[in-house]
Amino acid sequence: MLMTSGPWVWIAGLLTLAIYSFLYKDNPFYKVAEYIFVGLSAGYWAVFLWWNYAYPNLFVPLGEGNYWNIIPIVLGFMMFTQLSKRTSWLVRFPLTFVLGVSLGLQVIAAVEGDMVPQLQGTFSPFAKGALFNTYNFWTSIGLIVLLVGVLSTLTYFFFSREHKGVLGVTSKIGVYFLMVAFGASFGYTIMARISLLFGRLHFLLSDWMHILR
Amino acid sequence: MRLQVPLAIILIMGLFTIVTSFIPARPIADLNQTFRNWYIGIITFFIFLGTINLVRVNGEKIKTKASDWQYSIILITALAVMLIAGFYKGRASTDEESVFMYLYFNVQFPLEATMYSLLAFFVTSASFRAFRARNKEALCLLLAAVVIMLGRVPVGTAIWKGFPEVTEWIMSYPNAAAKRGIRLGIDLGLISMALRMILGIERSYMQ
Repeated sequence: MLMTSGPWVWIAGLLTLAIYSFLYKDNPFYKVAEYIFVGLSAGYWAVFLWWNYAYPNLFVPLGEGNYWNIIPIVLGFMMFTQLSKRTSWLVRFPLTFVLGVSLGLQVIAAVEGDMVPQLQGTFSPFAKGALFNTYNFWTSIGLIVLLVGVLSTLTYFFFSREHKGVLGVTSKIGVYFLMVAFGASFGYTIMARISLLFGRLHFLLSDWMHILR
Repeated sequence: MRLQVPLAIILIMGLFTIVTSFIPARPIADLNQTFRNWYIGIITFFIFLGTINLVRVNGEKIKTKASDWQYSIILITALAVMLIAGFYKGRASTDEESVFMYLYFNVQFPLEATMYSLLAFFVTSASFRAFRARNKEALCLLLAAVVIMLGRVPVGTAIWKGFPEVTEWIMSYPNAAAKRGIRLGIDLGLISMALRMILGIERSYMQ
């Protein structure tokens, strides 16, 4: 077995084994890797967000003479008032600014980017009886299933009336659609995790130990 | 001052963002974009607040010699190393060949991928419990998951050539229908909660 001499590969390999050691039980090697991960992640995101968002959006325009940008910078630093009980109420100013803009954007995104296209996609194939003329048989059946699924799922989440009679039957159909969706998501999650596992095993056996070529 | 001004800020900024999103004319659209830039800039301060808090909590652990305090030294050291690597040469600190990116690709990324891959073992054991056809609903979940998994791997195609098409159909219609229903519900909830907060009816975030 010819192991690589690269120090970075050794670091990555040893840390990978340290994480997998948790499969035996919680141990100091795992804890060291876990704490390194938390520290590095916090540092990475601080640096990444600074250079990609705070610096170009706030400090570069300020350097170019846009002095209005002092306002968001002051609001940003007001976040740190949260660290003291005496001044923590000041955090409400940046928080409400951020929440106001964020909620406004989310309302627009939900209506324009989500609800309208979703409803359009569900109902438009049925416009002017275009269903079986425009699409092939299985697509047409699929579009009917889609419509029934959307309506029955929405009925399941309608809690203003007791689920009895027609409402009960429709919500029951909605449950089956939800189960299929949860099954699909679960299947995808399993596959994604296993492919990550294969990726790490491939790294250990190929890049580090050179067993696989 | 402590209550009325923040409520006024959220009301003005929320309504301004919603209304001006429909006005593409220049001065208004520019102001809307400026506020969006400010918003993006300000939210990055949250991560710095979180980082300071992380140092405070772990510093306290080291000071009081609480259980596992030795690991807190490792955490703070790792954090300091990443911050120094990311800032010591200014903007160039995050270039492709920088120490910062080496640390990301060779330490942080493998750790992250391994942490998530560790879940493969736990998800597998969880699936033994979840994949039991106790009733019709559970059978639906089991069948959908099995078909989706078989449709995405070569062994599925080897068993039956139709698995990829069936998988595609399930993903495009029954799965999309339920996801669409859930999404529409989330959107309606989001809009009502957003309006409650903008109008100052919901104030629990201020406590």
